[in-house]
Amino acid sequence: MSTDEFIKGLWRENPVFVQVLGMCPVLAVTNSAINGLAMGLATTFVMLMSNMIVSTLRNFIPKQVRIATYILVIATFVTIVDYAIAAISIDLHKALGAFIALIVVNCLILGRAEAFASKHTIGDAILDALGMGAGFTIALLALGGVREILGSGSLFNVTLFPANFEPWIVMILPGGGFFTLGAWLLVINFFKARKAAQEAIE
Amino acid sequence: MTEQSLWSVFVQAALVNNFVLAYFLGICPFMGVSTKTATAVRMGGAVMFVMLVASVCAFAIHRILIAVGAPFLELISFIAVIASTVQLVEMFIKKMSPALFRQLGIFLPLITTNCAILGLALFQTNKGYDFLQSLFYALGAGIGFTLALVLMAGIREKLELADMPDPAKGTAIALMVAGVLSMAFMGFAGLGG
Amino acid sequence: MNPIWPMYRALVGVGMLCGLLIAVVFEGTLPIIEKNKAEALEKAVFTVIPAAVRRETIELDGGEVYAGYDESGNLAGIAIEASAMGYADILTLLYGYDPHAETIIGIRVLTSKETPGLGDKIEKDETFLRNFDALDARVDESGSAMRNRIVTVKNGTKTEPWQIDAITGATITSNAVGEALGSSSERWIPKVKEWADEH
Repeated sequence: MSTDEFIKGLWRENPVFVQVLGMCPVLAVTNSAINGLAMGLATTFVMLMSNMIVSTLRNFIPKQVRIATYILVIATFVTIVDYAIAAISIDLHKALGAFIALIVVNCLILGRAEAFASKHTIGDAILDALGMGAGFTIALLALGGVREILGSGSLFNVTLFPANFEPWIVMILPGGGFFTLGAWLLVINFFKARKAAQEAIE
Repeated sequence: MTEQSLWSVFVQAALVNNFVLAYFLGICPFMGVSTKTATAVRMGGAVMFVMLVASVCAFAIHRILIAVGAPFLELISFIAVIASTVQLVEMFIKKMSPALFRQLGIFLPLITTNCAILGLALFQTNKGYDFLQSLFYALGAGIGFTLALVLMAGIREKLELADMPDPAKGTAIALMVAGVLSMAFMGFAGLGG
Repeated sequence: MNPIWPMYRALVGVGMLCGLLIAVVFEGTLPIIEKNKAEALEKAVFTVIPAAVRRETIELDGGEVYAGYDESGNLAGIAIEASAMGYADILTLLYGYDPHAETIIGIRVLTSKETPGLGDKIEKDETFLRNFDALDARVDESGSAMRNRIVTVKNGTKTEPWQIDAITGATITSNAVGEALGSSSERWIPKVKEWADEH
C-alpha cells in the first residue's frame, strides 16, 4: 500500500484533465461551485464503495460476468446516494436532478473497477478511489468555480462583485460549460508542453 | 401525463434541448466518434435504434415497478435493459455487416455507458410521457444526437487541415467548437412550443 | 469450458445483496424524504397565501388543491398548481386564490428552466410580481366558467384587472405564466369557488 495510489489521481492521472473520462456530469452540473462539489463527493462515494466491493469479491466474480456485476454494484450505490441526497437536501436533489442517477454511466467508475480494483488489494483500491475521486472533485470545483464567478458573480452563493457587475450569462448556459473545460485543457496543455520543452533542453 | 403535442416533443428533443449540446449527454462518443463524418452517421444510427428500444422498455418497466411497489429498482432495471439491448445490437451488426462492426470498434459496447440512453429513459419517466410521446421523444433524441455528431464531425474534418497552436489541438478546440454549436442551437428555442 | 455455476452464483449473489441494500436504504430514507417534500410544499403554499398558517390538501375533481387557513381558522385562500410550456422547458407554478375577493393573490414558481437573467426575472422582478397582488379571477353568473380569461399583454398595455403586464425582453416566459394561469383558472377556479362557498 503506497500513498502514490492516492496522489496519482489528483494530477498525474487526473480523470477529467488527463484521462478525459466522465465528461457528461463535469459539464452539466458545474454551473455553480456547490453543485460541482456535491457531484464530486457523490461520485467519490460511489467509486469508493464500488472499488471496495469489487476488490473484495475479485476472486469470486468470473471473468465473463464481471462487467455486468460491476454495473450492478455501481447502480446499487448510485441508487443509495440518490435517496441519501434527497433526504439531506431536497433543493440540492432538484438542482442535480437526473445527473445523480447518471453517475452510474460515468465511465470513470466502471473504468477504475475494471482497470484497477479487480486486480489490487482492498487497501490499494480504497486509496485509488479516494485519489481519483479527489481529482475528479477538484476538476469539478475548477469548472464550477470559474463558471459561477463569471456567470453569476458569486462563489458558493457568496456574492463577490458589486451590484453593477454584468455577469457573463453564457457561462452558466451549456455553451459555457464547453468553453470553460476547453479553456482549462488549453491552459493545462500549454503548461505541460512548456515543462516538457524545458526538460528536453536540460 | 402531460399534454405536449407529439410534434413539440419531437422538436424539443432534437433541436431545442438537444441531448448533446444542451443536456451534455453522450459526450464520450461525441468527442470520440466525431472525427469522421461517415462513422458519425453510423454511430448515430446505432444509438438511435438503442434509444427506441430502451424507450419502450423503460416505459414498460416503470409501469410494472410502480404496480409492484418497487420504484427503487428502476435504475438497476434500466441499466440492465440497456446493456442487454446493446449486446443484441452488437451481435446483430456483427452478423449483418462485419465491416461496420470493425469500423465502430470499441464504441459499440460503449453505447452501454452512453449517458444519453440512460438519460433518455430517466427524463421520459420524470416527465411522465405516455407511450407515443416517449417514442417520439426517443426518435427526436436519436436524430438530435446524430445531427450534433455529424455537424461536429464535419467541422473537425476541416479543422484537421487548419493551422493552430499546439496546446489547442485535439480535445480543447473540439470543446470550443462544441460550445459555439451549443449556443447556435439555443436559437431554436421556442420552436415547436 | 466455461463453468456455469460460478457465474450464476456471482450474478445472483451480488444481485440479491444489492437488492437488499437498496431496499433497506429506501425504507430508511422514505419518511425523511416525504417530510422534506411536505415541508417544501407547505413553504410554497404559505408564500402564495400570505395569511395562511395551516395547510390542508383537498381532493377535488380528480386533482389536488391546497387550502390555507389563517390563525383564526378561516379559509384564507386556496393554492393551485399550473403549468405551461415556457421558453426552454415546461414551467410549473403554484398560485394562491382568494375565494372571498375572487382574485389571485400570489404566485410562486415551482420548476423553471428559463434563461437565467432573462426568463428567470418572473421570479424576481418586483413590478411583474405586483401583477399578482390582486389579479381578477371572477367567475361568471353561471358559476361554471371564468368571467374573463387571464392573459398576458405587452408590457405597458395593461388596462383590465385580469391582464398580466409582460416583462420586456422575456415575452415568451411572461406569456407562459399567463397561459398557465389562464388554463388552470378555467379548469379549477369555478370548482374551487363552489367548494369554498360550501365550506
